[in-house]
Amino acid sequence: MEDIIQIKKLTKKYGDVTAVDDLDLTVRSGEIYGLLGPNGAGKTTTIRIMTTLTKPTSGTVRVGGFDVLEEANKVKELIGVVQQHTSLDRDLTVRENMELHGRLHRIPAAERRTRIDELLGYTGLSDQSEKMVETLSGGMKKRLTIACCLIHRPSVLFLDEPTVGLDAQSRRKMWDLVRSLNKEGTTILLTTHYIEEAEALCQRVGIIDHGRIIALGSPMELRKRLGMTTVEMLCESTKTRYQYFADRAEAVNYLRDVGAAEKTVIIRDSNLEDVFVELTGQKVGGA
Amino acid sequence: MMNFLKDTFTVLWVDLRFLRRHVVSTVATSLVNPILYLLAFGYGLGQGISFEGVDYIAFVIPGIIALTSMSVSFGGAAMKLNVDRLYYKSFDEMLMSPISLTSIVVGKALIGMVRGLLSCLALLAVGLLLSSQLVASPLFFLVLLASCMTFSFMGVLAALMIRSHADMATFSNLVILPMSFLCGTFFSLSQVPDALRVVLNVLPLTHASQCLRAAALDQSFPWLSLVVLVGFGVAFFIGSLRVLKRSST
Repeated sequence: MEDIIQIKKLTKKYGDVTAVDDLDLTVRSGEIYGLLGPNGAGKTTTIRIMTTLTKPTSGTVRVGGFDVLEEANKVKELIGVVQQHTSLDRDLTVRENMELHGRLHRIPAAERRTRIDELLGYTGLSDQSEKMVETLSGGMKKRLTIACCLIHRPSVLFLDEPTVGLDAQSRRKMWDLVRSLNKEGTTILLTTHYIEEAEALCQRVGIIDHGRIIALGSPMELRKRLGMTTVEMLCESTKTRYQYFADRAEAVNYLRDVGAAEKTVIIRDSNLEDVFVELTGQKVGGA
Repeated sequence: MMNFLKDTFTVLWVDLRFLRRHVVSTVATSLVNPILYLLAFGYGLGQGISFEGVDYIAFVIPGIIALTSMSVSFGGAAMKLNVDRLYYKSFDEMLMSPISLTSIVVGKALIGMVRGLLSCLALLAVGLLLSSQLVASPLFFLVLLASCMTFSFMGVLAALMIRSHADMATFSNLVILPMSFLCGTFFSLSQVPDALRVVLNVLPLTHASQCLRAAALDQSFPWLSLVVLVGFGVAFFIGSLRVLKRSST
């Protein structure tokens, strides 16, 4: 599989602060790649550089073979970007927002109309097309943002925290939408705070901390690397200690050896959050 | 070139959709200030006064049109851009699309021009009814267009430079409001001390009001002022483009 995004030795500094530090990253054509990291790890900056909104301090970034600095317009034609905050024009209707995106990408009028109707159907917004954006629910606004970004049929879709602030139903609808887009051939790079989201959607996950990728692999590979079984031990009343084991038998053996009878112990499958917390030393979103 | 025109129209199109829904209230609101000025200064203070050979009302109307072209064009271009950029974030979508920065800057200025022209033309119609000494010559319309253009680009520049909504209010209070009163809008520049006149001559509204007044009253036309006015517009345009280029760092 070819690499549709290639980042080499990317560094971005804001004054004395290094947001992205000598980062290497590749995304393969056709995959869903998840970028996980605590707040301030450099996720959004990296996305802004890949999407031509921010210039790197050094390093190269190529999307679809095009350099984001030298061939920004070629890159812009290939990508769709759903930002963390909705970026819709709230003074316009649903259809007008899509119309704007179609015009910005110079899609001829007749084709624009067809695609708008298609995408409104695809994202379940057909009944809302003449409504003002302001009157939509959070989930609908997010779906509209995605619909807008799809109008020029991008090969790579960037989703920065696509389900933040959505209720459980809307989140699942969004996951289905992301999966079906990917099935149709769109490469997707998403950042998320919700580890179960990365686990549910991504073929590969890169964990980013202090502006560098510190681990990379499929959710399963990462869990295997840590140990498939987690033991949680409540010690000294409130502090929980975590231990990781290759499998359940190993965990049970360990507990027998240390004589943990008097302690509160939970044995469970490891998840991506365990991997994340071990590697970054903190809960996602925590300080 | 074709792409440039199309893209520029796309940028204008968004704001026209918005304006279409609010055109009556937008124009009506923009006329409140000038009409108050007209009543207070034109009729309240200036009743019966003749000024440089014309009735004060005929003298002051072109000044009020000049300040309206400034405030409405400036606000018309700046307010929506400011909201798009800082609040809706929809401005990012334009930056991420393949259209050129020049199209974005010009398109965003055009909505200011449209709004400025609408308000000024309404005001001109009122002015022509109130004073028979005013003439609406082609030159007058040319200057009006230039003035609306200059202050629209000023609005774009301001909206691209500010960091918060509060900055916008500060800018209006520090720059727009003093210009409204001082730049030869309500009085003749020949009345002010030399030192102040020098200062006023580096402000674009001074040139707009001089030109509009000369054209409306059919007096000898200050061509140099028109050049300066357009020069300001070009400078604001280049400045906007620079800020936009630099901002993506």
